[in-house]
Amino acid sequence: MNSVVTQADGTSATARQILTFRLGEETFGLDILRVKEIRGWSPVTRVPQAPPQVLGVLNLRGAIVPIIDLRVRFALPSAEFTPVTVIIVISVKMLDGSTKECGLVVDSVSDVVDLTEEMRREAPQITGSASIDYIESLATIDDGMLILLDADALVRGEIEIATGEQNAAA
Amino acid sequence: MSIDLAQFHATFFEESREALDTMEAALLELDESGGDPETINTIFRVAHSIKGGAGMFGFSDIASFTHTLETLLDELRNSRVALNERISNALLQSVDVLRAMIGTVQHGHEADPERVATLHAELTALVKGAGVDTPPPPPVIAVEASTPPAAAPAPAGAAAPESTSARNQWAIRFRARQELLTRGNDPVRLFSELAGLGPLDARPDLSTMPTLEALDPEVCHIAWDLVLTSDVARETIDLIFEWAEGDCDLDVKRVVAAPAEPAAVTEATETEQAAAPEAAAPVAAEAPSAAAAKAEAPIAAPAVVAAPAAASAAAPVVKAVEGSGKPAASADSTSIRVSIEKIDELLNMVSEIVITQSMLNQLATRVDGVAGDALKSGLAQLESNVRELQESVMRVRMLPVSFVFSRFPRLVRDLSHRLGKQIRLKMTGEQTELDKTVLEKIGDPLVHLVRNSIDHGIEMPDARVEAGKPAEGTVHLNAFHKGGSITLEVSDDGKGLDKDRIREKAISRGLIDARDALTDDQINELIFLPGFSTAEATTDLSGRGVGMDVVRRNIKELGGSIELKSEKGKGTRFVINLPLTLAIVDGLSVQVGEETYIVPLVTIVESLQLKPGHSNNLVDHGEVFSFRGDYLPIIRLHEAFGVEPKARNLHEGLVMVVEGDGRRAGLFVDSLLGQQQVVIKSMESNYGRIEGIGGATILGEGAVALILDVPGLIRLAANSQPAARLIA
Repeated sequence: MNSVVTQADGTSATARQILTFRLGEETFGLDILRVKEIRGWSPVTRVPQAPPQVLGVLNLRGAIVPIIDLRVRFALPSAEFTPVTVIIVISVKMLDGSTKECGLVVDSVSDVVDLTEEMRREAPQITGSASIDYIESLATIDDGMLILLDADALVRGEIEIATGEQNAAA
Repeated sequence: MSIDLAQFHATFFEESREALDTMEAALLELDESGGDPETINTIFRVAHSIKGGAGMFGFSDIASFTHTLETLLDELRNSRVALNERISNALLQSVDVLRAMIGTVQHGHEADPERVATLHAELTALVKGAGVDTPPPPPVIAVEASTPPAAAPAPAGAAAPESTSARNQWAIRFRARQELLTRGNDPVRLFSELAGLGPLDARPDLSTMPTLEALDPEVCHIAWDLVLTSDVARETIDLIFEWAEGDCDLDVKRVVAAPAEPAAVTEATETEQAAAPEAAAPVAAEAPSAAAAKAEAPIAAPAVVAAPAAASAAAPVVKAVEGSGKPAASADSTSIRVSIEKIDELLNMVSEIVITQSMLNQLATRVDGVAGDALKSGLAQLESNVRELQESVMRVRMLPVSFVFSRFPRLVRDLSHRLGKQIRLKMTGEQTELDKTVLEKIGDPLVHLVRNSIDHGIEMPDARVEAGKPAEGTVHLNAFHKGGSITLEVSDDGKGLDKDRIREKAISRGLIDARDALTDDQINELIFLPGFSTAEATTDLSGRGVGMDVVRRNIKELGGSIELKSEKGKGTRFVINLPLTLAIVDGLSVQVGEETYIVPLVTIVESLQLKPGHSNNLVDHGEVFSFRGDYLPIIRLHEAFGVEPKARNLHEGLVMVVEGDGRRAGLFVDSLLGQQQVVIKSMESNYGRIEGIGGATILGEGAVALILDVPGLIRLAANSQPAARLIA
């Protein structure tokens, strides 16, 4: 079902395909066009001076890709890595226009859903809370809430924090 | 018919650049050989093809500049002008100017118009000095229809080098004015008279032919390009045309041999008004008959002329093809252009195969029996094939070192002229191959060394003679393979390093103490220190503070090293050792806790195990240990990288003495795993720079290992550990 909805700001969007995954009790979603691959958990190589959410790096067909633990990122209690623990490899646009690849560790991958504009809800602005600019919007799916993540905002911050600290130290 | 020419621009720029390189090399060769006709021909061909291309694409500045250049070269070729210093300088500068002009149209950078104009004027003056007027440059857009005068005698390109002296060729451009026929002049008669002097090739040019309705049968609309092979003097030819004088436009030029005309094909595609047959294939017989169909009366005559020429028409075409084949043969075997990204992609895939293959090897050990044996032997075969494949792909990135060396003849020539020194440049081992990236980065350090040799090393001719040496000094560039690395040498037979002066200077700069007793090698090392230059007067060549320390740093960045040997009065020799490729590093793999790190071999001085009590604590300023009389700080890798180690006591693990940026430190690790060559992967492409880490690599089983950046690590330690700062 591809319906075109015109938003208030005049832009229009058709239904998007969203990859949903579980993290603790919550369901999150990422635009499937950003997902490059999904692979099982494998031990990573630790990287010195990395922020805690950056677990390390992994060899992805010859490229060295940083792996980010979303549980740490979202301040959730850490969990054991089980056989269903997966790494979602996404591509991210950096501010300078370059594209970087990055792996996100999540508890499990659930589904691919079509998301239309009617299902989308703005995330409430909670004053005083930590920055949640990586949340693009919320949506209701099967009576549950889906937190749609903005891949760029989510990871851009991570990598920039990681390397920014280096530059400051150097 | 419109073709988007822009898509061919890049090719034109690239080819022109290559052509200019060829031209520069040939010009320098010309300097030595003193005007070898074959070399002049090469230069002429290059200038001509640039002109052709520039004309076609409408770069009129370049076209008109090269036209003048070509005219001068033509004079040289016909020995009407003797090669002299002024001309060869102007020609060399033309190469620079043309490079700049091409850069201008390509990137929109402004070339210095004044310089272009000055040089253009100089070239024109040189041509004038030769007693010949520069014919006006051909109209840029019209080049297509009428082959430019110099290009006309394409068949002359067939004149093989051995036959150049045999016969002269005259290129005659004959364009009838309207009243030619009415005044009783008959082109056929003129041409047959010419044909009496020697073999004649006539090509009609029908570009000015009006349409049938507008055609006046009483008027001659045709122009001809004639090539006469004969030893007759210019006067004899002029005599034939004497009666037609005023009724025609005549341009007579002498040619020895002319370039094969590559523009012929493009002409066909570019020319709208010229009917296809005559432009594409200059078959003399066919063209006039086509014209005859349009207008009978005046054209009947040329057809007759064309007949004898027709016989020879086929031959020149074939010969021209042969001619164009010759320069290609000297310019190496066939090749294609491939972007470096594609090769890197290929290299990536190959290293992936290597990893997969070693994974399969491990799996195969679990298979027993006959099937297992077969599998293992199959995998062994695969392994050797994959290794060969990897080496082949690596070799694709390799280029001969002559790519860098080729800029030196010009540099040495210019510098020695400026300084009034006599210097001969000797180059050996130019075919030694090196990774392209290394090659690009070694250029500047080499230039610096060569400049130093010329400026500081080689003495003035009289001083050399006084010292009992030949007046001409020699700078020698040498390249050769040595084990898994390549060695480049820059040596000169100049005055050598003045050890006393270096010593004095080092003392005056506070770099060493006056009481220090230094060995010769240690003194030589001093010139690599920052801010050191012994030139008495700084010249604009060298001695501006950008010194040997920069050279050494650049070479270290490439994973190489530089050494210096010098003997007073005999000369100086710099020896640079470089890895064959930047993509691979020789390293020792070390273990710290669960992690494996790669330490580049070039940074390791030695590895040792400390006995208990051999290290000292500088109160709370960190630890040091004694190494050959010096106290070196200890960097515990597990602390620097926050890893849980297996060994905490210094005598349980291993201390590696490493050196980076001239500073030494002891790197404390758990154990040594072994030496291996690893492929360097960038951390920055997906993550970012990490202080102390130079990159990453993928180990046999597919896991990632980080490669240490030793200078960075020492800096990092110096920031957090005061003991390490002591050596800073």
